[in-house]
Amino acid sequence: MTAVAETAARPRVQPRAQRLSRRSRRLIKRVPFLLLLLIIIVYIGFPFYWAFRSAFTPDAELFKTPVQYFPSHPTWANFHDALTDSNFRRGLLNSAIVAGAVTLLALGLGSLAGYALGRFRFRGRSAALYMMLSMTIFPQIAILGALYTLINRVHLYNTLWALVFSYMVLVLPLTVWILTTFMRALPRDLEEAAYIDGATPLQVFYKVMLPLIAPGLVTAGLLAFIAAWQEFLYALSFTETPDKHTVTVAITTFTGKTGSAFQVPWGEIMAATVIVTVPLIVLTLALQRRILAGLTAGAVKG
Amino acid sequence: MLGPALVVVALVALYPLGETVYQSFTDKSFLGLGGTHWIGLENYTNLVHDSIFRKSIVTTVKFTAITVGFEFVLGLVIALVVNSNFRGRGVMRAVMLVPWAIPTVISAQMWKWMYDDVFGVFNDLGRRLHLLHHSVAWISQPNTSLGAVCAVDIWKTTPFVALLLLAGLQVIPKDLYEAADVDGASKLQQFWRITMPLLRPAILVALIFRTLDALRVFDVFYVFFGNRVDTQTMAVYDQNTIVTVGNVGYGAAVSVAIFLIIAIFVVIYVTFIKVEEQ
Repeated sequence: MTAVAETAARPRVQPRAQRLSRRSRRLIKRVPFLLLLLIIIVYIGFPFYWAFRSAFTPDAELFKTPVQYFPSHPTWANFHDALTDSNFRRGLLNSAIVAGAVTLLALGLGSLAGYALGRFRFRGRSAALYMMLSMTIFPQIAILGALYTLINRVHLYNTLWALVFSYMVLVLPLTVWILTTFMRALPRDLEEAAYIDGATPLQVFYKVMLPLIAPGLVTAGLLAFIAAWQEFLYALSFTETPDKHTVTVAITTFTGKTGSAFQVPWGEIMAATVIVTVPLIVLTLALQRRILAGLTAGAVKG
Repeated sequence: MLGPALVVVALVALYPLGETVYQSFTDKSFLGLGGTHWIGLENYTNLVHDSIFRKSIVTTVKFTAITVGFEFVLGLVIALVVNSNFRGRGVMRAVMLVPWAIPTVISAQMWKWMYDDVFGVFNDLGRRLHLLHHSVAWISQPNTSLGAVCAVDIWKTTPFVALLLLAGLQVIPKDLYEAADVDGASKLQQFWRITMPLLRPAILVALIFRTLDALRVFDVFYVFFGNRVDTQTMAVYDQNTIVTVGNVGYGAAVSVAIFLIIAIFVVIYVTFIKVEEQ
């Protein structure tokens, strides 16, 4: 009997049968937990599954009851229709232009401001910091009318510039805040060495500090890009013609190939949502740590 | 160095804020042929008697109470589940961030299709499981429309609330639970006596952020209902007044009112925190 031999050799080890039962008991104990985990995953994932499923389902199957949970004749037709829709393509391009410009501008302004706020002591420094922080919870709607008049007055209405300009209000404060936190966390030695070598503050900024806060720039840039990419209220209010719409506005005004008022082209709309969603899913999964670091820098200190 | 950022902030936020307050005392309009006149408090007296605006306040506050409540409770459950040790926890955390990254307009469209009164998956599931005898027009029926719109926000934001709470859970020292185990405290006691008190700061941050966010909700309501009067939020009503109707002066008064209503909530939270601290 090996069990006996084992116990004889190593008296503390329990008999095999008992060990197994303990293991299975632990497994059974974990069942409710695993079930809960499964429910959470299904809850989060199902709407995405449904969008994918609908995007690949041909219209004839899509508008039929009872509903099929998996397309029996999967097709790329909806993707083809969405991508040949000039308004949707234009929307994607406009969103990319606006979000890209907003990100670059916010990082440029924000890193300079972050350097000043994170490194130098001056009067009004904490006032400036608090102003930035309180603006991260600023209701955009509160200045809609004034921005609308301002944009009209300077003839930016229905241009992408209007969006780049107005998005600063939602992006810049958080960018400044995050970059200030990152600047503060850097050791002073390198800067001091550079100053001793006769560098000016501006030289120190872009030759020493900027490379060091590269991770901060990625984090802040990501958050800025996502915020600009998601925006809807200003995009809806400050642009008028489809050639200036961003993708969020374009996706709400889909009329489809036929342009029929009776049947909303859901297959095409779902294909469009998948096209917009997939890059975001990949981006979030890949850079999850960076995003969370930025969000908690914004939230925990609040 | 701070200069450029401050100039932009002043131009894009502080100046418009002042301008909004000024406009709220005028009859500025984009339709108007005549100029803009100072009309004193007229916009505000009209606002007090504006039943549509009052209705929009009720809708917004209801939406806020329902969504923040559900997001907190569900978010806490999810945070506790994900906080325990299991393989794939990192993946799970990443997955939870995905709904947050999707534009609200997109998730609203995804759900709008699931709610479809003929071909929607909810009606189909309901019929298959014999919960429904006939199809429900979830979005257009007055008794289900608010619930339908809340469900979208809850779906999108609960995982994010869970992540905020998870960050709070992870800084609670493990040895507290070990000590409690030694003392023979049950899991439930540990939850109420250790987890909840130490999680309080994270809970407050999550609640404040979510409340302020919910009070200015626009996207999901606009996609679901457009400007339908019985299901407007404050922000939808304001946007409609300013941009569609072109009544900038009155819209500015609505903006100021929204700003004040949100400020009231901030004051409530801040006093609550101060009372707690004493």
